[in-house]
Amino acid sequence: MPGKLKAKIVAGRHLPVMDRASDLTDAFVEVKFGNTTFKTDVCPKSLNPQWNSEWFKFEVDDEDLQDEPLQITVLDHDTYSANDAIGKVYIDIDPLLCSEAASVISGWFPIYDTIHGIRGEINVLVKVELFNDLNRFRQSSCGVKFFCTTSIPRCYRVAMVHGFVEELVVNEDPEYQWIDRIRTPRASNEARQRLISLMSGELQRKIGLKVLEMGGNAVVGYLQCFDLEGESGLVVRAIGTACTLDKLSSGSAPNTTTHVHPNTAPASNACNSPSKDGKESPLAHGCRSTHNSPVHSACSSQRLSQNFSVSVPTLIFTGMGSGGSAGKEAGPLKTLLRQQTQTALEQREFPFFTLTSFPLGFLVHVGGVVSARSVKLLDRIHNPDEPETRDAWWEEIRQEIKSHAKALGCHAVVGYSESTSICEEVCILSASGTASILNPRYMREGCLDIGNTDHRFEEPSPPSCGFCHIPYDELNMPFPAQLTYCHHCRRQKVPDVLFTTIDMPSEAAVSGKGCLIQARLCRLKKKAQGEVNATVISNLLPFMEYELHTQLMNKLKLRNMNALFGLQIQISVGENMLLGLASATGVYLTALPAPGGIQIAGKTPIDLSNEHHILTIQKRINDTIAKNRELYQINPPELTEEVVGSPIPEPRQRSRLFRSHSESSDELSELDLSHGKKDAFVLEIDDTDAVEDIHSLLTDAPPPSGFYSCNTEIMPGIYNWTSAVQMFTSVRVFRLSNVNLTNQGLNKIFTDLCENLLKSFYFKLRSMIPCCLCHLNFTVAVPEDELIQVAVTAVAMTFDKDQTQERTADKPVTKGCSETEEQLQFPLELFADSSSTNTQTSSKISGVPESTGVSPRAASVDYGSFADRCSTWLELLRLKAHTIRRGSVKTTSSLDRCSPLPEGRSRSLRSNRSFGGGSVTVVKMTPLSFLPGTRIIKYLGIINMFFIRETTSLREEGGVSGFLHSFIAEVFAMVRAHVAALGGNAVVSYSMKECMLMENPHKNQAQCLINVSGDAVICVLETDQEPMSSTTSIGQTCTSGAT
Amino acid sequence: MTSHNRNLVLKGGWDKVVNEMAMELDVFVGNTTIMDEEVYQLWLDGYTVNDAVKVRMEGGVLEECEASADVLLSDTMDQYRTFQMCERLLHSPAKLANQLLFQIPPHRQAVLIERYYTFDDAFVREVLGKKLSKGTKKDLDDISAKTAVTLKSCRRQFDNFKRVFKVVEELKGPLVENIRQHFLLSDKLARDYAAIVFFANNRFETGKRKLQYITFQDFAFCAGQLINNWTVGAVDNMVEDMDVDLDKEFLQELKELKVLITDKDLLDQHKSLVCTALRGKTKAFNEMEANFKNLSRGLVNIAAKLTNTKDVRDFFIDLVEKFIEPCRSDRWTAADMRLYLTHYTNSAHILDTFKHQVVWDRYMGVVKSCIFKMYHD
Repeated sequence: MPGKLKAKIVAGRHLPVMDRASDLTDAFVEVKFGNTTFKTDVCPKSLNPQWNSEWFKFEVDDEDLQDEPLQITVLDHDTYSANDAIGKVYIDIDPLLCSEAASVISGWFPIYDTIHGIRGEINVLVKVELFNDLNRFRQSSCGVKFFCTTSIPRCYRVAMVHGFVEELVVNEDPEYQWIDRIRTPRASNEARQRLISLMSGELQRKIGLKVLEMGGNAVVGYLQCFDLEGESGLVVRAIGTACTLDKLSSGSAPNTTTHVHPNTAPASNACNSPSKDGKESPLAHGCRSTHNSPVHSACSSQRLSQNFSVSVPTLIFTGMGSGGSAGKEAGPLKTLLRQQTQTALEQREFPFFTLTSFPLGFLVHVGGVVSARSVKLLDRIHNPDEPETRDAWWEEIRQEIKSHAKALGCHAVVGYSESTSICEEVCILSASGTASILNPRYMREGCLDIGNTDHRFEEPSPPSCGFCHIPYDELNMPFPAQLTYCHHCRRQKVPDVLFTTIDMPSEAAVSGKGCLIQARLCRLKKKAQGEVNATVISNLLPFMEYELHTQLMNKLKLRNMNALFGLQIQISVGENMLLGLASATGVYLTALPAPGGIQIAGKTPIDLSNEHHILTIQKRINDTIAKNRELYQINPPELTEEVVGSPIPEPRQRSRLFRSHSESSDELSELDLSHGKKDAFVLEIDDTDAVEDIHSLLTDAPPPSGFYSCNTEIMPGIYNWTSAVQMFTSVRVFRLSNVNLTNQGLNKIFTDLCENLLKSFYFKLRSMIPCCLCHLNFTVAVPEDELIQVAVTAVAMTFDKDQTQERTADKPVTKGCSETEEQLQFPLELFADSSSTNTQTSSKISGVPESTGVSPRAASVDYGSFADRCSTWLELLRLKAHTIRRGSVKTTSSLDRCSPLPEGRSRSLRSNRSFGGGSVTVVKMTPLSFLPGTRIIKYLGIINMFFIRETTSLREEGGVSGFLHSFIAEVFAMVRAHVAALGGNAVVSYSMKECMLMENPHKNQAQCLINVSGDAVICVLETDQEPMSSTTSIGQTCTSGAT
Repeated sequence: MTSHNRNLVLKGGWDKVVNEMAMELDVFVGNTTIMDEEVYQLWLDGYTVNDAVKVRMEGGVLEECEASADVLLSDTMDQYRTFQMCERLLHSPAKLANQLLFQIPPHRQAVLIERYYTFDDAFVREVLGKKLSKGTKKDLDDISAKTAVTLKSCRRQFDNFKRVFKVVEELKGPLVENIRQHFLLSDKLARDYAAIVFFANNRFETGKRKLQYITFQDFAFCAGQLINNWTVGAVDNMVEDMDVDLDKEFLQELKELKVLITDKDLLDQHKSLVCTALRGKTKAFNEMEANFKNLSRGLVNIAAKLTNTKDVRDFFIDLVEKFIEPCRSDRWTAADMRLYLTHYTNSAHILDTFKHQVVWDRYMGVVKSCIFKMYHD
């Protein structure tokens, strides 16, 4: 019984009128923790009751402290009938369990009712006394810190990165229990909220235990998700990166320090489950589920791997084996580098990192994006205590990712994330990350000293381009690509295009600004059931990924850029369609060759009118490219001398746009040579589809002047942020009215939906110009048959147009600024020395143009041979379908190689102020890991909240829009209130991970579930040395942007 | 209008159709609540979403921002929803500062409140002095038609009056201060509301044709004078309703002033004092001399009758009929008026048999400044 929880109910305000007769309320409060309940006195006839209760004390195990929320229920006393509930507050007391976080929770919380929304507020005080019990870590993991932030938190230094932690728990969904038929919607919603709160507590505790086992003290990049599987249950799962963090003394600038000690983090081998070999285990699992538990109608695991041409056959024939074969792995063997690191990394089951930005020097090379998907049929989870099936599914996917990374010559995956999309009984599991090579020094235990042996790793590549250098062996490449010597250092080979899921390393050398690039795609599918459905879906997946990829590549070229960061590809499944949305931030990395243009080719050149048409289109494309170059201020340094070793690029390079028909080629022979690349990204107009595609290419409107947008943390090329910050969430649902939709019609609708959303943001935020929308995170869903839902969360930040010295001058102290300066310098230096024709060498593969196309998409997926592969896949699928009746259908595709960036991010922080007034603390929210202009001095704990809202008077609440609008506003309010009660004044790394809306306008009903998370922090203006006392409201002026 | 409609459709084109036909849901929520002041004003003025979109388009926002009509529509709807959600809070503005639902910077809160409580002069002129009851509310249709203020806006304004009235009715302390603290209004607006409450409470007649030329601001000024000098609060500042009800004792005392017109000697003496002072100083001297008795009777009779509620209601119409109109027909200038009233008031002090100096000053001080204010075209 190692803890005592104490709670005191102080007062209420703005309570609703519960007694019509008197227009007043007789309120009292129940405080519940575990199975113990206390009550306050009734405060008669008041809408602003003062209870000033005694301290209610709960003596509990710390295990319960971690799992259970404190539940506060406000009721209206009724002498004659049952007391009416006014609403509830759930308080997660986890932050109090960690000595470094909050010490008391105190403040006004909105009283929330799932039917009526917020109904007044209650002032509560909560404290925890932990007894000093040495055994307490046995079941609980109090003290392990959690961070949603996917970089090393700002006031910490990383001593060691231990690696991947994951866990999942399952349960029955109360909404689907028999009892739900007889209880009220309110009771059912509350049961669900409470269950999920319990499950996330438990999950967090279990992950914490794993971290302790590994010797760590924190989880960074903690990502928790819910899978509402309906009948089959409720899954709460989480992944993260275990680390040992040291708190920096508050005075020092966190960033700097972090960077200074980059070498620190050896990975403990703690988590190694000794070489489970990827290949086998998935097999095993697959089989197991098939045979052993007949209940699972799972699937044939057919795997479509688009990525590695090499691996395909293997994979196929092995059947479900996910493993890349050993042979592959042996292949690249780039260097010592690998060998060394391998030892450390390979001992881990999954050398994955959920981080997206890293301490300087951590990231050595980036291979590219790896991803895997698998289609599963859901079945009831029979025994919640043994969530093995779900575990096995994820295990399978992770193995696959791991093997893809190996194929890219990489030993680790960074920027790793997992997601699901569920429609009825079909579930698509997806995972993706960026294959990379990490500095071994971080991986080994005991090499904290810089002086260590590893010098040779550091030497070769300058930080500004090192991460771009290929990690694989150029003679034995996993996929066809065109390599050139790095345009920056000229010593190592680089690919022509780089895709990654991570943030751009701050030290990367870029030219101009970046921009958001999205590929959008809809595919109709027939309605089907069970395995047939799963098979149909898994057959569609590779085509969708391919299409998305092609679109990304084309759009990248069109913007004259050569690298994508923060790539996220979502595929959502509905009854009759699949939606695919890929978002990333394009930039021009000066280390990579300049992208070629896009050339249009008609299939039948003979036709004159056609030719004319083609010319027009070509002209439009060229114009667009030129315009974009100007728009994004891309002025790559010219290369004056020929790049060593790479033969002269032809003056124009083009790359070829791929259409799916391309056949594969063996350009392998040429690949290794950087020669002979012809440029050319050729777009063939051979059918109407092609024309459509080109049109859609050109329809993406650039942001209006004064606006920039990206989905990464920061925008390359913008450094002087001001403190004006406006975080927002926007949701649109489109009803497809037309019954006979074609794929193309759908694509247009979907594209317009996304584009219009962006336009709308630009308009609404026009007062913030010059402004950048950062971390634009789009989530798509198909909530019902004819509905497409797009939800976006992002932050708009203003910056100073004139960049400047003075700016830098003001913030001399912070590391941020020094970074800024560095970054500014890079391009200049480049200008000075680089030379050569400005044309870039884009690779052209002489042989088969289409395959050449591959090059542009740097993806590990080689589309060049796509057609071949497809046919193989199809065959395979067919085969599988025959042979395997049950089992999971699985597709995987891994894409792109890209190089991630070393960490370091340049953010210049500017002062952020909160404005505030009255008694309400201003709480800023942002999806980024920082607030410009401020310094985070304390992390108060993780915010992870789940809410359900339901209404039976939809019309009266203003229809679905009114309903959702107020619900989102309420969620924000509750997040802010919890942060303020912890003593914080901001939420960083905020995200809305779920927004599930179900409506039935005919019955005048709707229900919505929202899950949000983030890190509560205290931050101070950069100029201030004193922490601001967080609980008091700081009167600050609202930044203009906040309008 | 129709051409506008057409434009709207043409400009919006397909997008517009999409938005209207198929956008099932469209919301945008900022952590800091986003409010456009222009849209807020349109909302306050009772424009429908579509009309507001038209107005905004005419205003040229679109061109400025490279946006299309559907963007404007979506933005307008969002904002209208936000305002509707805020409206409940605006009804008790103090809540706006400590509610948690919307994060709104304080200066913006102040703007929201001030604008919400701002009213149209045309509208208030129609309602001023009327009972703030359901009956009056029913007449809002007509008022809306007459003043060209939308019905929705009329309702908001009327409800504001009523709400303020109800709240301050039960409060002790100075009226203006109560209004300002309770509704967080600017001093100016709080004074205007005090006037409205005061007029409504005493049911002053302001609607007669003869009073039409008097603006709300004139009345508000007069109300301020009455509140500061004739109410209970003017003497004792901790009484309920102190600023809303006239001081009964004072009204009673006013009867004593009748001596000025009933006592012939006094009347003559008063007249000669005034005429002596005025002689040679104004062109209207002859008219003043000729009308002195009439005018003096008028003013004193008004004072003497104020114990009757009915006559209190007619206070302003009486001032106009008994004093302002005769003067105006004699073509007194404003300066003449000033001169005359000053001497008329002061001369009474010299009358040795006149004992009611204090009451006289309290009465004439207010009447004088009201007449000055009301004496214009």
